[in-house]
Amino acid sequence: MAQRYNSGLGWADVTPKAGWLNRRHLMMTMGAALAASPALAATGPYSTDEAPNSLEDITSYNNFYEFGFDKTDPAAHAGKLTTSPWAVEVDGLVDRPGSYDLVDLLKGLPVEERIYRFRCVEAWSMVIPWNGVQLSHVLDRVGVQPGAKFVQFTSLARPEEMPGVKAGLLDWPYREGLRMDEAMHPLTLLATGIYGEPMPNQNGAPIRLVVPWKYGFKSAKSLVKITLTDRMPYTTWNALQPKEYGFYANVNPEVDHPRWSQASERRIGAGLFASRVDTQKFNGYGDLVADLYKEQDLARDY
Amino acid sequence: MLRDTIHRGLRPVRPWMVYTLGVLPALLLVIDVFTGNLGVDPVKTIEHRVGEVALQLIVAGLCITPLRRFAGLNLIRFRRQIGVLAFVYATLHLLVWITLDLQFRWSEIGADLVKRPYIIVGFAAFLMLLPLAVTSNNAAIRRMGAAAWQRLHWLTYPAAALAGLHFILLVKAWPAEPLIYMGAILALLGLRLIPRAAPRRMPA
Ligand code: HEM
Repeated sequence: MAQRYNSGLGWADVTPKAGWLNRRHLMMTMGAALAASPALAATGPYSTDEAPNSLEDITSYNNFYEFGFDKTDPAAHAGKLTTSPWAVEVDGLVDRPGSYDLVDLLKGLPVEERIYRFRCVEAWSMVIPWNGVQLSHVLDRVGVQPGAKFVQFTSLARPEEMPGVKAGLLDWPYREGLRMDEAMHPLTLLATGIYGEPMPNQNGAPIRLVVPWKYGFKSAKSLVKITLTDRMPYTTWNALQPKEYGFYANVNPEVDHPRWSQASERRIGAGLFASRVDTQKFNGYGDLVADLYKEQDLARDY
Repeated sequence: MLRDTIHRGLRPVRPWMVYTLGVLPALLLVIDVFTGNLGVDPVKTIEHRVGEVALQLIVAGLCITPLRRFAGLNLIRFRRQIGVLAFVYATLHLLVWITLDLQFRWSEIGADLVKRPYIIVGFAAFLMLLPLAVTSNNAAIRRMGAAAWQRLHWLTYPAAALAGLHFILLVKAWPAEPLIYMGAILALLGLRLIPRAAPRRMPA
């Protein structure tokens, strides 16, 4: 399905599919692909050149509480999720509000291939080759009104298909938010796929937010609603534990989470001896985003 | 009667055999390491599994006295082995944390030990188990005297409560598992508060 939103050369073209399943294999084929294919170079200034995690890593270790608390729950239970048809409601301070079919919402927009670092607030990380469109393009399409200062994202909460929603594990639906300048930033993606394939259900099919300089919980999955608003919106984790989860949630080794040190992170995927690496401020995207916060005290606005 | 059947069945079981049983979870982990059965984040899986075994052994240890008192089931001769195993798994858990998880980043280890509530609480539980493990032998009982030894071993109770709290503090939101463990621990401690011989109530 989401295949339809992909255009041009993708990971599928440069990486033999079997290779995705096996990291070592992938690294070998990557070397060849990098040498042979201009398509990868075209991933542009926003992608990292770090080796992405295997599809197996990315699809079997997920925090998606709609399907349960365990990291293996989404892979186990998300198979039942119906992702087609899929509508996204756009409301609030926009010129063209309405319920958009996903295909119409994205039609004609350039599909980007972005290899981003992904850093969870629990101090682990992966490298993920996303496909998707810039959120800014979608917002331009619906026409943001001048009064809009923030964007709220709402995820699907369908108890029949989501055991964690049925069990009431959190205050559903899951909601997240961005300030307008964060939402319009070219790094901010509405992702529809991974490795050139449609978004796996457990990763937030069919469309999810990806904000690579913020902790993973900001990147809401399976979006059904985008709301433009003039005030800082309700966000799920912040409402649950405001001292632990700020609205901004920028990756920042200097600002500790009360529960986990954020100084370093474990890179998932290298097995028993996966190395712990230093966490970078803004997850390494400081060149591109630090300016957004130059007037803010990031220890206060965490 | 079930109780007698159990007693009879356990008669040939020597206390040291509990250690043989206690090696199994570790052995399973080793097998899983070599068969790649630990998922994409084996370090967390190992850390969690040995932590959970330690907690289960602590709960098992707490069951011994109430089982004897309220069910007449006497397993007291296995209690030491259960306690020592709990300590061994807690130690493994701590070592996994230092080596595989934090990978000897001593400044971060030090910072966590003073700043993270769940680490402080877990470490306090571990420190309480330490003197208990060291004195889990007949020589220590003889040297200390039964009364002092018994008093020292009351540390089991705060250690168990802290271990349960450690689990609650380290999860996000409110999953059931840590709450169930904590509930079991508090219930088992609560049973000990029931007075031995119910004092006769004076007619009003
Ligand atoms: C009596 C001592 C202890 C017991 C019984 C215990 C038990 C546990 C249990 C049951 C878990 C969760 C397992 C799961 O999620 O399935 C856990 C996790 C953990 N414990 Fe302990 N623990 C103890 C001491 C310690 C100590 C001394 C440390 C470190 C100084 C420690 C560090 C951790 C860490 C880092 C985690 C994983 C947190 C995460 O998910 O990131 N624990 N422990």
